[in-house]
Amino acid sequence: MNINATLLGQALWFALFIWLTMKYVWPPLQKAMQDRQKQIADGLAAGEKGRQELAASAEKVSQELQKTKEQAMEIISQAEKRSGELIEEAKNQAKLEGERIVTAAKAEIEQEVNRAKELLRAQVASLALAGAEQILQKEINAAAHGDMLQRLESELG
Amino acid sequence: MATSGVQTSGEYISHHLQNLHVGQGFWSLHLDTLIVSGLLGLLAFGTMMLLARKASSGIPTGAQNCVEMVVSLVNDQVKDTFHAKSDLVTPLAITIFVWVFLMNAMDLIPVDFLPLVASSAGVDYLKVVPTTDPNLTFGMSIAVFFIMIAMNLKFKGVRGLLKEALTVPFGKYLFPVNLLFRIIEDLAKPISLALRLFGNMYAGEMVFILLAVWMGASYWWVPAGVALSLAWALFHILIITLQAFVFMMLTVVYMSMAAESH
Repeated sequence: MNINATLLGQALWFALFIWLTMKYVWPPLQKAMQDRQKQIADGLAAGEKGRQELAASAEKVSQELQKTKEQAMEIISQAEKRSGELIEEAKNQAKLEGERIVTAAKAEIEQEVNRAKELLRAQVASLALAGAEQILQKEINAAAHGDMLQRLESELG
Repeated sequence: MATSGVQTSGEYISHHLQNLHVGQGFWSLHLDTLIVSGLLGLLAFGTMMLLARKASSGIPTGAQNCVEMVVSLVNDQVKDTFHAKSDLVTPLAITIFVWVFLMNAMDLIPVDFLPLVASSAGVDYLKVVPTTDPNLTFGMSIAVFFIMIAMNLKFKGVRGLLKEALTVPFGKYLFPVNLLFRIIEDLAKPISLALRLFGNMYAGEMVFILLAVWMGASYWWVPAGVALSLAWALFHILIITLQAFVFMMLTVVYMSMAAESH
């Protein structure tokens, strides 16, 4: 063992290297490592959050889907109900209309019949008159009946 | 090998254990220890500095990854052991682990390689592994000792430290015994730190040297010697890392003892 001033020199080297490490090596490395740790932690947290959000939105989507299905069912049933109603209504209307048409036709027919009856009646009168005229032509005397006709005329006038 | 022709085994061994030194008595310097450890330190910490400067918090690649692995390994150990808040302890532990590991690793370079290169450049003595020099291990452990005292004063104050030294573990009436125990305990720390590292590395280096001497005896021994050197080197990788880790870990433990009241 040969202890000498080398010991002091060695202690100086040691002090220098401790200082270098303390000032220039450890702090930046520590900072880099801590930053990275933070980044990784943040990334993992973000991933976890994304996963949760995905699950939540999947849940929401299925809820919405369910709701939409229910709505669709409701709309369909309403539509069915409504269409039934419409058909019923249309049937009723058609029935009414048919009845109306039938009634109108009946009335018209009656009218026509009446008119034809009237016409016939009028014609019967004139035919009767013509027949009567034919029969009367032979025995009518204008002079004898002139007075009567004149009377009629005055009565009318 | 020395520049002079044939050597005996004893000369070879003692030559390998001789430092390149200047000066006389206490005021002499082991240039090889200072230069090798200094270069290794500058290389390692310079590289780490450059890497740390452009360290990004993105995906770490290559060298940055490597440095971060080492640094976070050390930091985890510090966090497990040292619970007070200090900006010094982790850098101190990183410095010790990296530096001691690299200096120990010089042991894995074949024993004659660098001394041969040096002697051809005109340098007669070169002891390549700085941690086989007790000056280095004591230099580090005494520095750790003073940092420990500073840490004691910072966290406990003069009064707190005195109170602890005088009353623990036997209470205030046996204060001379307590103080004596405390002094012995604290002095044992740097001594055991330094001698453990020195002893392990010195012994390891010695095995390599003896194997080299053995191979030098006859060409017949060369294959066996190479195989044994390789085996010892592989085993030594473990020792190198372990000793660096132990030095670091004990330092952290001492710091934590200094920062917390027992």
